[in-house]
Amino acid sequence: MKILVCITHVPDTTSKINFTDNNTKFDPTGVQFIIGPYDDYALARAIEIKEANAGTTVTVLNVGTADTEPTIRKALAIGADDAVRVNAEPTDSLFVATQIAEHAKSVGYDLILMGRESIDYNSGVVHGIVGELLGMPSVSPVMKLDIEGTKAKLAREIEGGKEYVEVSLPFVAGCQEPIAEWKIPNMRGIMSARTKPLKVVEPKAVDSGVKLQQFELPPPKGAVKMIAADNVAELVSLLKNEAKVI
Amino acid sequence: MSILVFVESAEGQIKKTSLEAVAYAHALGSPVTAIALGAVDQGALEALGKYGAQKVLHASDARLNEGVIQAYTSVLVKAMQDENADILVLANSSLGTPVAARVAIKTGASLATNVTDLPETSSGFVVKRSIYTGKAFAKVELKNQKKVIALKKNAAEAKEVGSNVTVTPYAVTLSDADFAVKILSSEKATGEVLLPEANIVVSGGRGMKGAEHWGILEELAKTLHAATGCSKPVSDMGWRPHHEHVGQTGVKVAPQLYIAVGISGAIQHLAGVNSSKYIVVINKDADAPFFKAADYGIVGDAFDVVPKLTEALKAAK
Repeated sequence: MKILVCITHVPDTTSKINFTDNNTKFDPTGVQFIIGPYDDYALARAIEIKEANAGTTVTVLNVGTADTEPTIRKALAIGADDAVRVNAEPTDSLFVATQIAEHAKSVGYDLILMGRESIDYNSGVVHGIVGELLGMPSVSPVMKLDIEGTKAKLAREIEGGKEYVEVSLPFVAGCQEPIAEWKIPNMRGIMSARTKPLKVVEPKAVDSGVKLQQFELPPPKGAVKMIAADNVAELVSLLKNEAKVI
Repeated sequence: MSILVFVESAEGQIKKTSLEAVAYAHALGSPVTAIALGAVDQGALEALGKYGAQKVLHASDARLNEGVIQAYTSVLVKAMQDENADILVLANSSLGTPVAARVAIKTGASLATNVTDLPETSSGFVVKRSIYTGKAFAKVELKNQKKVIALKKNAAEAKEVGSNVTVTPYAVTLSDADFAVKILSSEKATGEVLLPEANIVVSGGRGMKGAEHWGILEELAKTLHAATGCSKPVSDMGWRPHHEHVGQTGVKVAPQLYIAVGISGAIQHLAGVNSSKYIVVINKDADAPFFKAADYGIVGDAFDVVPKLTEALKAAK
């Protein structure tokens, strides 16, 4: 079985977000970049499936500039066999999804996994677009994925619960916890990752119909009003008369 | 030209976020057609007129009683053609967002999800979306004539602007490929206030010391007609179900009021609550970072403060 795992290269979840160039560019100063946390779950599940099924290969794909290579190497250290980097800024969902679909068409994967959304642009649509572009079903957000022959059984999170679905391979899945435990690369993995193949390909041009104009930060939060623990009546009064939310 | 709004339902009633989508479409100005799929109460459909829909379509085919993404996509693409709609508006959700993705590709539309405000149309059609898990916004121009817009909660206020309308049945043609993903079963909390929809959320963290102490939070939530949520460690330890986990990798909420009890306020948790209008933090540690993100704070023991707060709220009713 051939599995493709698409990963994003995103600011660590604790990062403070800033912009430069009149709020048109992300400011990477002091920011630590990681594999997208949801993508990390997808990768971990792919490695588990590989370990349980002899002959399975896992390829990782990232759409990004050369800056993302340490992140890709980390995915290789975790256990992916080889990697593809599409050499471009990941500007929007359709652009990224098109690059994934182009690569997937050229190889023919049984399973295409990625996170439910990237934690930078939070669109949550790349898996659906890839599915549509490849004429494949897509399921997201997936919290359990078991391959049974040519089919898979999945659990999908829905508002206030879960839905259990069945789908034939090949398909696309957007993953989230608790599909698998995150894997931490060991020394052997880190050593072997250095020599695993990482192919760089040029992107396909896309007219995506969207154009970023400007970023914006939310207005700063006012000071907190502290209330004594023995005076909950004051809190009730503030919620009622000042905030007007109850 | 008209605007099509896909409205989602739960237990036969239209979801509040979908009423917001109708209000959003109404504010855009063109005639609004709302479309509902599967089993929905007739009265709830007629009432969509009150929120701004001029026309309501209902595809009541029983195969649509469950939210099958590809089948819903096919119906909405056809409905956009039939209604001569350039814009589709819907609410972000586990169903709406993937459907938006597929409809946009099939119709060649510009796509934006997580949209928080009405567009600016002085030069182009520019929407504002929430990015970096609520830590920032991006203004994005949707350049194509066709547009698919998925809204974050509270992007528009659902309010009554009209009166009931007649519901038109909508016939659909579906193929086997539309049902490639087969829904086997589902588990859904019923009768409770759903977390992503709730106006008030009461959330507990590790400071609650165990699943057995959740009763006081549930009592507070019941009094406020609120949903219950929790921090990541709490759902990781199995004290609460995963769908209650609020945070960067869990549910992102945008209620009017978020009450955090015994949650220290890790940045990953704040990312899930930073769209809340007001935040109350109750924590016995005066140095808990959550107080910096709060509007109102009480330093105190949850097991003492929460029951008193519940009593005070009951008395104030």
